[in-house]
Amino acid sequence: MSSFRLSRVPAIDTALKLVAAAVAMFAFVFVVMVPLYNVLCDALGINGKTSSQAYTAIPAAVDESREVTVQFVAINNDGMPWSFAPTTRVMRVHPGAANGVVFAAENPTDQNMVAQAIPSISPSRAAAYFHKTECFCFDQQVLAARDGAEMPLQFIVDQALPRDIHTITLSYTLFDVTDTVTDGLAAR
Amino acid sequence: MGDHHHGPAQGISRWLFTTNHKDIGTMYLWFSFAMFLLGGFFAMVIRAELFQPGMQLVEPGFFNQMTTLHGLVMVFGAIMPSFVGLANWLIPMMIGAPDMALPRMNNWSFWILPPAFLMLASTLFMEGGAPAFGWTFYAPLSTTYAAPSVTFFIFAIHILGVSSIMGSINIIATVMNMRAPGMTYMKMPLFVWTWLITAFLLVAVMPVLAGAVTMMLMDIHFGTSFFSAAGGGDPVLFQHIFWFFGHPEVYIIILPAFGVVSQIIPAFSRKPLFGYASMVYATASIAFLSFIVWAHHMYTVGMPIAGELFFMYATMLIAVPTGVKVFNWISTMWRGALSFETPMLFCIGFLILFTLGGFTGLMLSIAPADFQYHDTYFVVAHFHYVMVAGAVFSMTAAVYYWLPKWCGRMYNEAMGKTHFWISFIGFNITFFPQHFVGLAGMPRRIPDYALQFADFNMMSSIGAFIYGASQLLFLYNVVATIVAGKPVSDEKVWDGAEGLEWTVPTPAPYHTFEEPPLVPKPAGTI
Repeated sequence: MSSFRLSRVPAIDTALKLVAAAVAMFAFVFVVMVPLYNVLCDALGINGKTSSQAYTAIPAAVDESREVTVQFVAINNDGMPWSFAPTTRVMRVHPGAANGVVFAAENPTDQNMVAQAIPSISPSRAAAYFHKTECFCFDQQVLAARDGAEMPLQFIVDQALPRDIHTITLSYTLFDVTDTVTDGLAAR
Repeated sequence: MGDHHHGPAQGISRWLFTTNHKDIGTMYLWFSFAMFLLGGFFAMVIRAELFQPGMQLVEPGFFNQMTTLHGLVMVFGAIMPSFVGLANWLIPMMIGAPDMALPRMNNWSFWILPPAFLMLASTLFMEGGAPAFGWTFYAPLSTTYAAPSVTFFIFAIHILGVSSIMGSINIIATVMNMRAPGMTYMKMPLFVWTWLITAFLLVAVMPVLAGAVTMMLMDIHFGTSFFSAAGGGDPVLFQHIFWFFGHPEVYIIILPAFGVVSQIIPAFSRKPLFGYASMVYATASIAFLSFIVWAHHMYTVGMPIAGELFFMYATMLIAVPTGVKVFNWISTMWRGALSFETPMLFCIGFLILFTLGGFTGLMLSIAPADFQYHDTYFVVAHFHYVMVAGAVFSMTAAVYYWLPKWCGRMYNEAMGKTHFWISFIGFNITFFPQHFVGLAGMPRRIPDYALQFADFNMMSSIGAFIYGASQLLFLYNVVATIVAGKPVSDEKVWDGAEGLEWTVPTPAPYHTFEEPPLVPKPAGTI
């Protein structure tokens, strides 16, 4: 081993270095693996997540030569009582054009609730080409008891979308985050 | 220095406060055998339920608890501690050291294990039952949908992780600092080499497992969202972290087994191990590769094609150093003066069945084919061929091989051979048909199955009962040997055995190598 010594007793020196290595590996999980995973998924779009920030549109020509089918799916997570559905289930759009769709949500319970919608795109490699200029999923949705809301989504399909992709399915899963928010604990 | 020649203390305090590597090794071995029987009992419940299609004996929820606890107890309670026990007994004797480098820590690393497993087993009696999410405890099954007992499970994992890390640090510190003069690294017996590399793997990945369960704990109790999509996390992240631990873990289990086989085959072939240096390098290569192949456990999560290809080729690469090892063992036997005592039989059984398990592993590594095999009984068959016929067979061989040295008495050879043949046949009746039902689509971890799988499942269950019963014969043989076996006094119990542990008296005295020995000829070189 190196000449750097943590103890004059060789065995204890080895042991202390190994303890340091174990602690470093424990830290590695939190400070390297988790952020790295998120960065890689963002950069490569591999887990089908779309960006959580609004896309600032760079005006570009609309590609009139082809049409892409966009399907909308709304799912309630386990135990989520809201009714939640897109008003339009399928759209045919030109890449480059701005489109809008509305999701309707209603809270049928007697409690005020907070929800978070999590998007997922299939095929996942289309995620990098699906730009949202406005989305209800960027924020948490607050609905008072027995209240309803129309939640807007504005998006542009990038002109650079690979030509072999003809259909994009955008799915939202609605999660009940009331407890996390009211507990005042970390929730993004 | 005055208490050089004292014997063991008397009564229970001998075991509670001992810092003697042989005592601690013995406790590890008995503890792991107890866990082997407990995990085996869980397996018997699983096979009894699967004896016939339809729901027969237990509730589906309880069945899931059985598969989960069977895996956890066997991996963390039986196989890993058994090899740590073997390391405690043998490494100081093999390198000519008087004891482990850090004897008090050694005592701790054993004594925190039984409470951890007591706690894990106690979850069976808790409200909501024991953990039921499989030994791989994928989130969100193990977070959002877990029974409240999951918190005890997490604590148990933390404790046994600490135990493993302390044990490994001790082994590395011993090997690096306490070798007898002249015992250079490339003269160390292969068992010491494989354990040294295994210990480094443990120090590297047990903290990763601890990190994974810590994140689960925080998700469950402290409102974080590492694995919860609702809060911006990702359940797939769990699988990446788990298998970043989990793949090195399978080599943690099998590398010491390779070491054992590399000691025993030369002894009964009466030839030095063929290709000693290549064995060392192959072990190190396997250890390195184990860190870059983890995602082959999760081909179906929707990885990009480039990722699938990378993990596929990297996984296939492991077949090269593993093949080097298998060919070296065969070459050691080639033209040797072979004899077939029980340890050798178990090693040959290991060689054949582990190679079979390696081949099914190669099949599973093929990403496009894996989509069919994924989560079927084919996978169950594969990993039992490498875990049971690999690790457990070699561990059994080790017990038969070194038991006469440890206790100065010879086991009953006829009973040992009977144990081998019943085990070998029972094992194959159990797991070989699982290849077929797996390829035909029977999913794992489900308490019921389609009718066309009934015959093969009944065969599997009968084989499992045979294999399970044969372990009781093993227990009887070991106890009978210790109590009333035929005394042996030769230093070399086996005429072909090589190494420093065979230069001390038989039975091995309580203290050995208080004066460092002269290292004779290099172990394993020609």
